[in-house]
Amino acid sequence: MKKWHRFSIARFRAMLVKEFIQMRRDRLTFGMMVGIPLLQLVLFGYAINADPKHLPAAVILADHGPEGRTLLSSLQNSGYYNLVRQVKTEVEGHDLLARGQVQFVVNIPENFSRDFVRGDRPELLVEADATDPGTTGNAIGSLSTALNMALQNDLKGPLESLAVNNGPIDLRVHSLYNPEAITQYNIVPGLMGVVLTLTMILVTGLAITRERERGTMENLLSMPTRPIEVLIGKLVPYILVGYIQVGLILFAARFLFHVPMFGSLALLLTAAAVFIIANLAVGITFSTIATNQLQAMQMTFFFFLPSLLLSGFAFPFRGMPGWAQMIGQVLPLTHFVRIVRGVLLKGNGVGSIGLELWPIALFAAVAMFVAMKRYRQTLD
Amino acid sequence: MNGESAIDVRGMTKRFGDRMVVDHVDLDVRAGEIFGFLGPNGSGKTTFLRMLCGLLRADEGRGTCLGHDVINESEAIKREAGYMTQRFSFWEDLSIEENLDFVARMYDVKNRRQTVRESLKQLGLTERKDQLAGHLSGGWKQRLALAACLIHKPRLLLLDEPTAGVDPKARRDFWDEIHHLAGEGLTVLVTTHYMDEAERCHRLAYISRGKLLTHGTVADVIARERLTTWAVSGPDLPNLTAQLRERPGVEQTVAFGNSMHVSGDDAVALKQAIAPFRANNYEWHQVESELEDVFIHLMDKSPDTSSS
Repeated sequence: MKKWHRFSIARFRAMLVKEFIQMRRDRLTFGMMVGIPLLQLVLFGYAINADPKHLPAAVILADHGPEGRTLLSSLQNSGYYNLVRQVKTEVEGHDLLARGQVQFVVNIPENFSRDFVRGDRPELLVEADATDPGTTGNAIGSLSTALNMALQNDLKGPLESLAVNNGPIDLRVHSLYNPEAITQYNIVPGLMGVVLTLTMILVTGLAITRERERGTMENLLSMPTRPIEVLIGKLVPYILVGYIQVGLILFAARFLFHVPMFGSLALLLTAAAVFIIANLAVGITFSTIATNQLQAMQMTFFFFLPSLLLSGFAFPFRGMPGWAQMIGQVLPLTHFVRIVRGVLLKGNGVGSIGLELWPIALFAAVAMFVAMKRYRQTLD
Repeated sequence: MNGESAIDVRGMTKRFGDRMVVDHVDLDVRAGEIFGFLGPNGSGKTTFLRMLCGLLRADEGRGTCLGHDVINESEAIKREAGYMTQRFSFWEDLSIEENLDFVARMYDVKNRRQTVRESLKQLGLTERKDQLAGHLSGGWKQRLALAACLIHKPRLLLLDEPTAGVDPKARRDFWDEIHHLAGEGLTVLVTTHYMDEAERCHRLAYISRGKLLTHGTVADVIARERLTTWAVSGPDLPNLTAQLRERPGVEQTVAFGNSMHVSGDDAVALKQAIAPFRANNYEWHQVESELEDVFIHLMDKSPDTSSS
């Protein structure tokens, strides 16, 4: 009797051998154990950059004097600004900011050169889309240094007297949409998309694999059902669950974090439906591929991780290299994060939301198509 | 029984990769008949049932099931057949009533509520209808599964080892119920390992390694194999077994407690083989071959019956 209480190397080894055999048999788990670290290394190592440069900026150039041009080229040379287009009016500039097509609008007003030479400290207005304070922070911080450096050369000789303490120009920065740079204003709306992505894919990912694991799939298939009935029947309840989550987050955003809500909630809820369906379709697709619930969960994480990191939710989208932005553009979360921030913080309307909504809809359609193709009506 | 065919299929074949699981099986089951489908584990019984009800696509074969084309009209077959899986496959996290209700909705049963209520009453589970199916014992799960399979009043019932793990009393009740249903015109195709159950079928077939080896009534099947069997009782039967197996003419020995059945194809050779052992305390007499003798004989004849 007594020797059974001792630690037995033989039994320990038996356990060890069995675990290794089972690990080797479950190819997907093994693949994920290698794949997830690789994915993280690539994403964190190469894709993520907390100090984004070359941010697109539009210019309103109402004065064609040399000083204005000097300032613009120094902005470009700072590495933070990429002057991509010129616009005529402030309205036009604001529109680009709202749609997220540029991060900044630099406004060089009329008579800039004249006022500069006179020593009247002309105003240089930089408007920033500051929804994500992390994206614009460094670029704005670099502004005054870049400008002073640029003008030092011009302030030689007769203009030297202008190099007074408070600077030769009156630099004004307007941080639009989130003037106080409150992180929560940016994170909480984005969180809605993150929560929906994780939970919607997870629950539906388990939906069909659970039937298969418990043996109830055989029963279901022996009944006269069409795949579309089964799939839609499994999706609809979770659309409801998704809306409960949306409601919870909106409630918290409003009353706990006091996130401003400028846009139409009805518009946001409509966009949310498309986004929820896209994620459910991904989940169902995983569900038809995975052979058990563990695999479905692993696939969910394999999809969730890039979504989280490449969507612009946690790290500045514009800080990522081109290839990472391209992957990000495919993911529904990227567009939904922009939609939620756009509606709540910028008060965007149907026009600019539509631009972000169709990629989500397309993604949903493709995922649903794959799910329908993959769903087996037989046990073959 | 009116002689009309409920199932009439020819050359049903299914391969999984290189492995022939069902190998050109012909089967004719008459309406209102209880047809037993026997064979060792892995012989292709379940695969055959699944092909009949459209759960697996047959690689080859043709014929009809309930008058519908067995290959192309599986939707129609599904509507009129009830299939009871080997493993309990109803939803354990739904209550008894919810399971029945779900199935009734799936088949678009008329007067659904009333049908479910009657089904519960027949089951004797009206009082426990809110209990989760997962909390039922094996015997009750099996009764629930049967009730659920019958809720849409199918014309054909496919039962895959319905009484595995069920106690003898429940097993007998189950078979009484099957006979009662067949009496009302339901056709039943049932797979089983139990000889007593095989004998309760009107006709039966024996399948091994995907091939149909024999079929007919119990008497037909026994008669066709022309097996001669002797029963022997006496001291040290294991030792006797070892010696008998060496002798030509002895094909199989099957122990039955204190006696043993010794069988062979060739009655004369068998008689010669046992002649030396007829004295010393052994008591021999020739008996009718039983179904079990015949099936073991069939299994031994077909090479390698283990599932791979």
